[in-house]
Amino acid sequence: MSVFETFLNWDVFVRVLPLLLSGLWVTFTLGLLAIVLGFAGGLLLALLRLYAPTPFRQITVAFIDVFRAIPILVLLVVTYYALPFLGIRLSPFAAAASSLSLVSAAYSAEIFRAGIQAVARGQFEAAKALSLSPFRTMTDVVLPQAIRVVIPPITSNAINVMKDTALASVVAMPDLLKQATQAQALTANPTPLIGAAVIYLAILLPLVRLVALLEKRMAAGHR
Amino acid sequence: METAMRPIIRMTDIVKNFGSFRALTDVGLDVGEGEIVVVIGPSGSGKSTLIRCINQLEVHDTGTIEVDGHTVTRGAGLAAVRAEVGMVFQSFNLFPHMTALRNVALAPVRVRGLSWDEANQRARKLLTRVGLESHAEKYPAQLSGGQQQRVGIARALAMEPKILLFDEPTSALDPEMVGEVLDVMLQLARTGVTMVIVTHEMSFARKVADRVVFMDAGRIVEQGPPEQIFDAPRDPRLRSFLNAVLSH
Ligand SMILES: Nc1ncnc2c1ncn2[C@@H]1O[C@H](COP(=O)(O)OP(=O)(O)OP(=O)(O)O)[C@@H](O)[C@H]1O
Ligand SMILES: [Mg+2]
Repeated sequence: MSVFETFLNWDVFVRVLPLLLSGLWVTFTLGLLAIVLGFAGGLLLALLRLYAPTPFRQITVAFIDVFRAIPILVLLVVTYYALPFLGIRLSPFAAAASSLSLVSAAYSAEIFRAGIQAVARGQFEAAKALSLSPFRTMTDVVLPQAIRVVIPPITSNAINVMKDTALASVVAMPDLLKQATQAQALTANPTPLIGAAVIYLAILLPLVRLVALLEKRMAAGHR
Repeated sequence: METAMRPIIRMTDIVKNFGSFRALTDVGLDVGEGEIVVVIGPSGSGKSTLIRCINQLEVHDTGTIEVDGHTVTRGAGLAAVRAEVGMVFQSFNLFPHMTALRNVALAPVRVRGLSWDEANQRARKLLTRVGLESHAEKYPAQLSGGQQQRVGIARALAMEPKILLFDEPTSALDPEMVGEVLDVMLQLARTGVTMVIVTHEMSFARKVADRVVFMDAGRIVEQGPPEQIFDAPRDPRLRSFLNAVLSH
């Protein structure tokens, strides 16, 4: 067999495609869920970190630091293999989704905090002077301005989450990578792995390009 | 001039520190309902700090402030006070992601609970009043400084405040735009709303003020009707201040 036939075997690819697609679906739902939860959790953490009374603020800072420091793979293995000893038994999906969301929330929190702090002090003062509630000040005045600053780094964070879903294959999560490795074992051919790599690239490359574009637009938009 | 006015703002023995720096020292100021008070003084004398204490953008350390019978403190009563006090800022502080109309309509909807339709209608009237009816749909960045500040005034008026605070409303403007903003303020002064104005525009102060308050180093040093302050200043600090600002 030629190198080409070995690494990009069309017959093998067609045979394992359904398996890869089911893996892609799992990767997609896992990634999307973790992105949404991480986004919401990150916003909440950022607000707590900025505005909560001191003890809660300190707890939030510690929480954010811990989840930014811990390797996702370690967190994943701990939630899946160690928590059962405490009687907490998570499915692979739940273990992966919670690990990815927690880490993503911690990173998003710092991004949101920077975004909120980039909003001019006069904006907060104008909102106060108009007697807007803290909630309305956030939703109407501060966040719409913060979000512009935050879009490129938060998209970049979403890409990282998507990439990190691949780590879930170590807890027997049937995601794209896991399906590809299984298919490789089944067919005794590396084509499924190449296929998976191409699919990852097909999804993530445009997003990486998008971030670059957004960043360029932000830089141009600064007067 | 009208000395029998009921005070709508009462500030008594106000002290404000920034760290170890004392920005206000035992300041007492009563402002009558409908009175126009202009605050003047050198840079750093505490003018901004004084008026920002009225709506608690700065929280004073000791002393009492009453606005329309409400004692101003942190917490519950503050929202009621702020809803009665409008503020116009030196740097406009318009919301850049909203049209002029939205800037003006926002607080009545969010704070007073008006519908957007009603608030927009009233916002249009206010924009007309400041001469900007044709600019309602523009964003702040599309407006000149003078136009932005007039939107700022309309926004403050939208809450129908009894008191309007102005902190150097024309200082950030190109000279040719100062007049349009002062005109709007003059026109407002005739409506009976109480105004406390920090400004360096002395001829405007003379024209509009019922009373001029001169501050220096965190204290009110001298106050009185504009003729007295500008034509017969007593305190040497006021005299040298006036010499400095009127000589150029
Ligand atoms: N947030 C702050 N932190 C520390 N010092 C402050 C703060 N705000 C004001 N100050 C100081 O308090 C003093 C009074 O300031 P304030 O802004 O009230 O002066 P001002 O009379 O309005 O001056 P200007 O004409 O320059 O606006 C100044 O010396 C200023 O440096
Ligand atoms: Mg000032």
